[in-house]
Amino acid sequence: MNAFAAQPPKNFEVKPKLDRSGTPIGDLLEISMGPHHPSTHGVFRMDVVLDGETVVKLKPVFGYLHRNHEKIGENISYLSSMPYTDRLDYFCSMTNNWAYALTIEKLAGLAVPERAEYIRVIMAELTRLQSHTCLVGFFVQDMGALGTPMMYAFREREKILDLFEEVSGARMMCNYMRFGGVRVDVSDDWIARTKQLVADYCKFLDEFETFIAENEIVLARTQGVGVLSRELAISASITGPMLRAAGVNYDLRKVDKYGFYSRFNFKVPLGDHGDVYDRYMVRVLEMRESIKILDEALRDIPAGPVMDPKAKLRGFRPKPGEVYGRVEAPKGELGFYVISDGSPNPYRYRIRPPSFVNLTILEDMCLGHKVSDAIVILGSVDIVLGEVDR
Amino acid sequence: METLEQIKVRLEQALPQTRLDILPNECPAGERSLIVESSRAVDVAKFLRDDSQLRFDYCSNVTGIDWPEAKIKTKVKKKVVVEGVEKEVEETIETLRSGHLEVVYHLYSMELKHGPVVLRLRTGNRAEQTHLPSLTPLWRGAEFQEREIFDLYGVIFDGHPDLRRILMWDEFEGHPMRRDYVAPDDFEYEPTPHDEVLDAAKKHYPVAAQPEVKPEVKA
Repeated sequence: MNAFAAQPPKNFEVKPKLDRSGTPIGDLLEISMGPHHPSTHGVFRMDVVLDGETVVKLKPVFGYLHRNHEKIGENISYLSSMPYTDRLDYFCSMTNNWAYALTIEKLAGLAVPERAEYIRVIMAELTRLQSHTCLVGFFVQDMGALGTPMMYAFREREKILDLFEEVSGARMMCNYMRFGGVRVDVSDDWIARTKQLVADYCKFLDEFETFIAENEIVLARTQGVGVLSRELAISASITGPMLRAAGVNYDLRKVDKYGFYSRFNFKVPLGDHGDVYDRYMVRVLEMRESIKILDEALRDIPAGPVMDPKAKLRGFRPKPGEVYGRVEAPKGELGFYVISDGSPNPYRYRIRPPSFVNLTILEDMCLGHKVSDAIVILGSVDIVLGEVDR
Repeated sequence: METLEQIKVRLEQALPQTRLDILPNECPAGERSLIVESSRAVDVAKFLRDDSQLRFDYCSNVTGIDWPEAKIKTKVKKKVVVEGVEKEVEETIETLRSGHLEVVYHLYSMELKHGPVVLRLRTGNRAEQTHLPSLTPLWRGAEFQEREIFDLYGVIFDGHPDLRRILMWDEFEGHPMRRDYVAPDDFEYEPTPHDEVLDAAKKHYPVAAQPEVKPEVKA
């Protein structure tokens, strides 16, 4: 047996396209496509069957970044998992931290001080801003605008990451939240500079939108492409901007009202058609709503402690029980399911990653489209492989 | 939303001869769950999805859990009369829990914005009776998550449209999320063409004919 010989992937059969009488027309081409999307350098590919340039079958292949995060979580203490959550969706470590902290607070019955809740909202919305900004940059890059738009997005993102770094000590792997609060307080100076950044961000969004939103090429490449119907979106457990672009009003910030989101005045943007353009537009509008939330939060943030005095970091042993906690991460519903058996380590530590589940219907959206559209559709799903593979 | 007891009563009315149990949850903020026998799982799930008051159209999270065979110690307080004086004595009772795999579904409703209801399905044991009905035909969102459970826990979902490994590679053996899984020394070992050539070459050199290595003797 020659182990180096090329072998077709298992369960991958090619059926030739037939005409009405049942005779095959032409040949189908089977290719392994990708890595193409900037966040998937080498770790995500698609097994695509093409008829000419049209996609007739598409199977996403991933797992190259799999490190069995859940197993690691079962073998270390509750608190030790916190820095690991940063590595899930490495663009949004703040919301990952929040989802995990929220779950454990629910499990152990910890209260979070008011100032800490405000800081969490500010961090989560800044995360949403930079995640969506990057997505737009990537997405335009996928359509062939190489480099420049992405650098515009990264320039703005870096400003937000500087703020994160100042507070938490790390740009991306923030490890900032704790069960019962946040690790360190923010200074008044930090809040003043964040206010300035948020005020400037509107200008950037306006500028970015004039370049992209009505660009002829963008419209031609995205409108009517990759349509996801409302029914399929619900059935396939799609969450986040993808779901709302399909016209379903389901935002956990409104539904669960976790944290202090019930105190802020914001709207949930919805799409009409569920195509790639709607997914782009919903994200742009969400950024504008985030700015509204940030304005209010930065204005109203009260003084006070940032940690629950009852919270114990060392020797933390919650009582037996199980709990499922979820937040609205920029990519969708991020949930943690934890079973405690009374020991210092969780018995079961499960992550429900949004972009993993959102990939379910990638094939449905791509079928019948051209191969270049498949790239744009993948870009609009907004995946991060750290989270998909775990 | 109706309480879990009300849902259970309505389920028993709609689907007679279905055994349902409510699993208590010691964590007050967490949800209790409904244990469904696997042969009736699809009917129960269909009822939960289609009932006009429940409408659980969104299957958020699907999880596998491994419960290996274990001795469970429970402490019970007993009153014992010792030499005419009543005393409270703590007694430890050991019960044997049979091993099984469990699959947990967290259901929410996007239409009515309520939830969750937690469904639990259990396999017969951990070795050969690991079949469970797939709920992917009802909720497409379970497709990848059930594949993941098949991959990492080894639960076989009957009726799943595309059941194959998703995170580990196809040739991988074993189910790494099981609690008794032991990782091999070298994940990346694979036989090379060279091994075959070596084996074939060995036939031409009988063991006796191999030169012996003699220790050097210094004069």
